[in-house]
Amino acid sequence: MTQNMRDTGAVIPQEHGFDEVTILWISEGMSCDGDSVSMTASGQPAIEDIVLGLIPGLPKVNLHNKVLSPAAGGEEFLAPYRRAARGEMAEPFILVIEGSVPNENINGDGYWTSFGNDENTGEPLTLNWWIDQLAPKAWAVVAAGTCATYGGIHAMAGNPTGCMGLADYLGWDFRSQGGLPIVNVPGCPIQPENFMETLTWVLYHAAGSAPPPPLDHMLRPQWLFGKTVHEGCDRAAYYEQADFAKDYNSPKCQVKIGCWGPVINCNVPKRGWMGGVGGCPNVGGICIGCTMPGFPDKFMPFMDMPPGGSLSTLLIKPYGAMIRRLRGITNGTANREPKWHHNGPELTSGYNPRWRPYGPADPRRQAAIERNKP
Amino acid sequence: MTATKPKPAGQQPGELVEMAWDPITRIIGNLGVYTKIDFANRVVAECHTTSSLFRGYSVFMKGKDPRDAGFITSRICGICGDNHTTCSVYAQNMAYGIKTPPLAEWIINLGEAAEYMFDHTLFQDNLVFVDFCEAMVKQTNPSVLARAEKTAAPGRDIHGYRTIADIMRAYNPFEGEVYKEALKVSRTTREMFCLMEGRHVHPSTVYPGGVGTMPQPSLFTDYLSRLISILDFVKKAVAMNDDIFDFWYEALPGYEEVGRRRVLLGCWGAFQNPDVVDYRYETMTNWGRAMHVTPGIVVDGKLLTTDLVDINLGIRILLGSSYYKDWVGEEDPFVSHDPLGNPVDIRHPWNQTTLPDPGKRDFGDKYSWVMSPRWFDKSTGDHLALDTGGGCFARLYTTALAKMVDTPYVKSTGTSVLITLPKSQRLPETTLEWKIPRWSNALERDRSRAYFIAYAAAMSLYFLEQAMERVRGGDMRVFAEFDVPDEAIGCGFHEAVRGTLSHHLVIRDRKIANYHPYPPTPWNGSPRDSYGTPGPYEDAIQNMPIFEENGPDKFKGVDIMRAVRSFDPCLPCGVHMYVGGGRTLKKIHSPMFGASHG
Repeated sequence: MTQNMRDTGAVIPQEHGFDEVTILWISEGMSCDGDSVSMTASGQPAIEDIVLGLIPGLPKVNLHNKVLSPAAGGEEFLAPYRRAARGEMAEPFILVIEGSVPNENINGDGYWTSFGNDENTGEPLTLNWWIDQLAPKAWAVVAAGTCATYGGIHAMAGNPTGCMGLADYLGWDFRSQGGLPIVNVPGCPIQPENFMETLTWVLYHAAGSAPPPPLDHMLRPQWLFGKTVHEGCDRAAYYEQADFAKDYNSPKCQVKIGCWGPVINCNVPKRGWMGGVGGCPNVGGICIGCTMPGFPDKFMPFMDMPPGGSLSTLLIKPYGAMIRRLRGITNGTANREPKWHHNGPELTSGYNPRWRPYGPADPRRQAAIERNKP
Repeated sequence: MTATKPKPAGQQPGELVEMAWDPITRIIGNLGVYTKIDFANRVVAECHTTSSLFRGYSVFMKGKDPRDAGFITSRICGICGDNHTTCSVYAQNMAYGIKTPPLAEWIINLGEAAEYMFDHTLFQDNLVFVDFCEAMVKQTNPSVLARAEKTAAPGRDIHGYRTIADIMRAYNPFEGEVYKEALKVSRTTREMFCLMEGRHVHPSTVYPGGVGTMPQPSLFTDYLSRLISILDFVKKAVAMNDDIFDFWYEALPGYEEVGRRRVLLGCWGAFQNPDVVDYRYETMTNWGRAMHVTPGIVVDGKLLTTDLVDINLGIRILLGSSYYKDWVGEEDPFVSHDPLGNPVDIRHPWNQTTLPDPGKRDFGDKYSWVMSPRWFDKSTGDHLALDTGGGCFARLYTTALAKMVDTPYVKSTGTSVLITLPKSQRLPETTLEWKIPRWSNALERDRSRAYFIAYAAAMSLYFLEQAMERVRGGDMRVFAEFDVPDEAIGCGFHEAVRGTLSHHLVIRDRKIANYHPYPPTPWNGSPRDSYGTPGPYEDAIQNMPIFEENGPDKFKGVDIMRAVRSFDPCLPCGVHMYVGGGRTLKKIHSPMFGASHG
């Protein structure tokens, strides 16, 4: 709770920041709900920790998410969304969008995806209608997953629905009521802890105890997406030694069999998938670039070597081969015990109880004696 | 047709009250339920359920590299995407002529077993059981809660709760002990999944030809230690489920009718047996029967077939109420005969073309983004609207009847399935028996879920032993090289968490010419087909009694929600259906049930 306990016992809200925040999560984009499900996988922090107020310094959080809602559904569930759309929500809200945003201008009287119905006409309300109503009123807007951030799978070449990402729809210069740009957390699906950590930062910011999260030019959290897969991958050393896997049986670098790791912004090999377990190239799964704005089209066919891979792997060959050989020699040495480890008749360890660092004639010894005179 | 605000209506005989829930919570995907309820007779008179989402996988996959199919189709579903990847890999293995190294099969089986354990736990304890928890029942059936407070729990020694109401309290959302424990267990089981398939829910290490998972001994150690840590929970869950559902029958006589339908079940089999499977269509009958969950079709309690070739050839995709143009008559079939020479119907997924035709939602006409999969029964000429019973129900049913599964941990007896779990931290070695129940209804679908978690846990012990034996013997191969042929067909059969899953693939010029995945929810939640055959939800909810004590003003619809959720609806595959008595409503204009419509 963001509150100061005074001697009077009165609870006085802080000057900046909120005591209570509502999260309105809509997964009715072109989605698979995989980001909602992924969010429940995080234990760092866990969603229930946030909902139960176990994290010090966060506002009280009211979470509305279809997958986890205790409501039966329908109006009981939609009530807070409707209230927010009418501009009647008392507390600030964070709008989380999951799924690609379809183009509803290209399907005549039809609709691609809906979320509840119009109260007066009974017509399905499209996701786009909800975004139009809620985004301008939201204190912060968060896009969860590559579909919502950049369009993702459903926006691939040949798609019939005209999908795009949220920033494509709202404009890349969109600012929320809280003055924030859209906070993009890409990933197909989101890495659970990456998402929860970002959401928690936004909540600290809402509480007034943190600046806005630092984002890069694609509106991604810098500390999560600032490095490449390759920079955090424990198979990268094989690359340096020009030692490449030829098929998926190998524990070595997969860059020749489809891995895009060297050019992809993502921390999964470093962080693992959840609780440090799993991941992608670090555990034998080629990186297919699922966090990137160019996903999936620019990385297909996934199982073929990326076009840049042939030149870079060719250039590193002579260096890597030499380094590997030299390291092999040193490794051979490192693998041998010192020669005085034996059960022979004599001690050959160099044992000398009277050993001193320098002899009596050494000028350094004289200097030390001079220094230590009282 | 919104009925979002129930109109003040009396409870006079013959008077129907419109009630709607859109979206339905605690499921994956978007589903709406629109009903007319006869409160005087306490029955659901009419019901439409709709889901509204079209993404067009079968459209945008055309012309892509077939090896990408497993990566792409995973994105169909955010809770069981790996089932799609696995199924796609099975179909590709057939198309490319791959025999996967045995160790890769055990690794995939271990991954899929972890998925069943994770998904069923999260769905049952964090989503379904909210409908049975104290907080919910207090609002819907206070008299049942009062009785539960006074009813001792038979399984107390196993799960530790004194009364039925204590169990119900343990499931209160975000606060109950079991609710919170289930979230944690669902993380442990997902870690097990990630060990085998890289990441959840879209796997990174599963390829046509095998896996990229490194089969180090530590991999199996890490899986085994996590498995042992959840066995107490698995055993307790079965006891708590049995206590709750047995009490429900007792407290609310007639509850067996909630969500009840004729026994028409389909299961496409799960967990390949690497000693038998070679992915050739010609031998599919044999390797299908060797799976560790037996494929089959059950009609009125009788096993009709366990042959995947029969199952494959019988699939028909019918239209009727969905936003598509028909492809029949304008396209030549891609596959006129299967590799055994059997004719393949033009309405088979191999020959399907998806021609989206979006329009207004009109329950009198078209209102569905999904077609109606049916299974053609040669002996009767019926197009059967099979359901999966939420997956676990059909899996246990076919496996029990077929009497083909026989491992140290799981045995089929012909009438039941015996599941043996070893000693765990607190509880002794336990043998559970899932017996074929009298009904196919909401409570039995839900109950089977707890048993199937135990089934998957027991099976994973067997898979671990098999895998470790290979590794200790020095066999570390997990991937087989292959070439993509110029022309090929393939089909994959698997069980997604909530039931039957098949992928049908046609390759021309090394590109995808046609690709149609058929997940369980279209089977369970299909609209009326062109023959007028209602889908499974229709049977289940039509004329269903209601037991909730609230009148129209405070009605929550919990019985209807229990019926719907028992099927484990998973809607991202885009389902949209009509459930009702087939009575023709007066068509004024869309929407039909506007706020002014009486």
